[in-house]
Amino acid sequence: MPLLPFRIEVLWSDVLVWLLVAGIIAYALYARRHPHLRAPWSRVARSPGAMAAATVLVFFVTTGLLDSLHYRPLLPPQGGKAVYATEVRSVLDLVLAPLRAQREKTYSAPFATELYAKETVKRADGEEVREFPRLRHGGKHLQDPAGSAADIALRAFRGVVVALLAWFAFALLLSAMLARQQGGGIEAAWRSMWSGLTPVPWRAVLATLGVLALIAGPVVALAPYYHVLGTDKVGQDVLYQSLKSIRTGLVIGTLATLVTLPFALVLGVMAGYFKGWVDDVIQYVYTTLSSIPGVLLIAAAVLMMQVYIENHAELFPSTEIRADVRLLALCVILGLTSWTGLCRLLRGEALKLRELEYIQAARAFGVSHWRIMMRHITPNLMHIVMIALVMDFSGLVLAEAVLSYVGVGVDPSMISFGTMINSARLEMAREPMVWWSLAAAFFFMLLLVLAANLFADAVRDAFDPRVAMAGGRA
Amino acid sequence: MSAYLLRRVLYGVLVLLGVNVLTFALFFFVNSPDDMARAQLGAKRVTPEAVEKWKHERGYDKPLFLNEKKSGIEQVTDTVFYTKSVRLFAFDFGASDQGRNIGYDISTRMWPSLAVQLPAFIIGLLVYISFALLLALFRASAFDVGGVVLCVLLMSISSLFYIIGGQYVFGKLWSLVPISGYDGGFEALKFLALPVLIGVASGIGGSTRWYRSIFIEEIGKDYVRTARAKGIGELRVLFRHVLQNAMIPILTGVVVVIPLLFMGALITESFFGIPGLGSYTIDAISQQDFAIVRAMVFLGSVLYVIGLILTDISYTLVDPRVRFS
Repeated sequence: MPLLPFRIEVLWSDVLVWLLVAGIIAYALYARRHPHLRAPWSRVARSPGAMAAATVLVFFVTTGLLDSLHYRPLLPPQGGKAVYATEVRSVLDLVLAPLRAQREKTYSAPFATELYAKETVKRADGEEVREFPRLRHGGKHLQDPAGSAADIALRAFRGVVVALLAWFAFALLLSAMLARQQGGGIEAAWRSMWSGLTPVPWRAVLATLGVLALIAGPVVALAPYYHVLGTDKVGQDVLYQSLKSIRTGLVIGTLATLVTLPFALVLGVMAGYFKGWVDDVIQYVYTTLSSIPGVLLIAAAVLMMQVYIENHAELFPSTEIRADVRLLALCVILGLTSWTGLCRLLRGEALKLRELEYIQAARAFGVSHWRIMMRHITPNLMHIVMIALVMDFSGLVLAEAVLSYVGVGVDPSMISFGTMINSARLEMAREPMVWWSLAAAFFFMLLLVLAANLFADAVRDAFDPRVAMAGGRA
Repeated sequence: MSAYLLRRVLYGVLVLLGVNVLTFALFFFVNSPDDMARAQLGAKRVTPEAVEKWKHERGYDKPLFLNEKKSGIEQVTDTVFYTKSVRLFAFDFGASDQGRNIGYDISTRMWPSLAVQLPAFIIGLLVYISFALLLALFRASAFDVGGVVLCVLLMSISSLFYIIGGQYVFGKLWSLVPISGYDGGFEALKFLALPVLIGVASGIGGSTRWYRSIFIEEIGKDYVRTARAKGIGELRVLFRHVLQNAMIPILTGVVVVIPLLFMGALITESFFGIPGLGSYTIDAISQQDFAIVRAMVFLGSVLYVIGLILTDISYTLVDPRVRFS
């Protein structure tokens, strides 16, 4: 028998996601030891808005990372040989096992105990009636579905109490840590934390956490018993879908920007530094690329990729792997079509830098072009790169939804905000309207994009020398 | 100056040449015409005869660059590259993979697109610039901070939700306008009102913030301080000096999109059932009609290049430094 009841399955996007995490950790360690990087980041850490946004982002990133650890469970043994399921699951699926398993027949409203559509049901006495059948899972512990409101209220209340206790414990722990750092008593630390006197605005973090706890507490308490956000057409829990969509959005938002980086950086620096014919060629390339309307270029490239995948089906053993490769290809396409803006910015900045005295001095000393670009120009462009990285993220998350609607987004089998909206849109005309999938996608996307935008603004304000000189205000 | 503009036009042609070669490579090198035929005809059980027939009907069975079976000029002209790519420069878009005349479709469908896009563009410009000026006038006040936060909130909402929400509230709940459809003449107004409104609304967040940042940057410059020092009122400084000088960065971003208004808005048109070029493109993408997608890519680039040239011309109009250099 195998040692583990599962086999780890590493998808390509997982590799990149964890490499990215490693890269961020390495960058953080590097930035800690270099004052010119530590200063702007500590400015970010002192901004209450940025810290509140970061708290929300931590929730999203944790969900996304849990969803990036994939495995295939062991099937019940057949003839003494270990057989693993073909379906790839993630650790998040394990955490959300009840949500994943509790499938209904079709649509049901949030907290409903009955199906959304009437069905012909055969009673025990043989009589056939048209009625709303009870759900298989939502509220099945109830004897009488009429009492669901009281049950929901009770469970939600318990959830809130537990969440608030946990939140309070965290706040205490935090002030204990602060007290150790500052060398005062816990009480003093607690008071300075709440009056906003700590350098890092812990008050904003705690307030955000409090709001999150107030929402998450009842949801966690209710989710195993009810479909908190309803179910979709095939009876899948919408809360589960929303949480699964997070990874797709994060992967697209981060990996696509990473693809743009090498092109933008190398070509931008070269164009600005060498000028002359190198500059002409590079300018021509990016003008040509950016002259094609973005959606059309992406659509054309994705169509071609679809044809390729259709004609080479043998390369993709399972749906998850195919969807994963498609996701990566989408990131690459998004990256290849959108590096031009950043490249133009970097070229302009490199043009300015190359005229400065320290570069001229380096050239007079006979330092090679390569070394000047690597050592003297690129590091001085990094603030622009950092700003572009964080600013592009939210745009890409929004673009995914639109592209999936157009039909050139992620694989239809992959859960994403775009596919959620796309399938819910068809039910707009129904009476009464099926609104919960749309509402769920709306709120999760808004929260993610808003947090990313606020954080990006703080990073821009901290890194942009023009803003920093104007006293830190945009 | 005319020499300068001529140079820009020639550069534009060069860019179009690049786009042409790039699209050709994308559509014919990544996948062979055989692959495309199989994808179009569906499934793997397609017979080779069916593939050949599909290719022949659409003219994909010719050699890519050089036809050795023909003689003289036809060696070059009777090829896929010439018929499908070079002919685009004469705005001969050929037939779609479904057999429709793309040139005719474009000439009829661009007007509904323009009918949505042009009013949305003009109203939007007025609304965004007014809001941005208002925020710039009260900069660094609670009103300004609130306005910027509202902008960030509005730009964090996917454009899909503006459309879905607008259709639900104005079309379904209040029944003010039909949810979707289109008609010619004055009847079109009731179909256009909502798409135009949504087009304006969905851009408010991002655009207002962008214009505001331009104005704020302009306000920080020395000439503004001089003007204030001379005792000119804040309103006059803002409208007379800042707005005028901010025209250059504004024109860079605005003029270039004017020709692209013809292309329509993909999502809006498909949601509202407007028979414009946007919904045409979406339909082509979902039917995998590569000929139409190729034509639209080229058309989009042509319009963008025209936009770039218009931008250059507009510079010469507003900036005397460009005019006299």
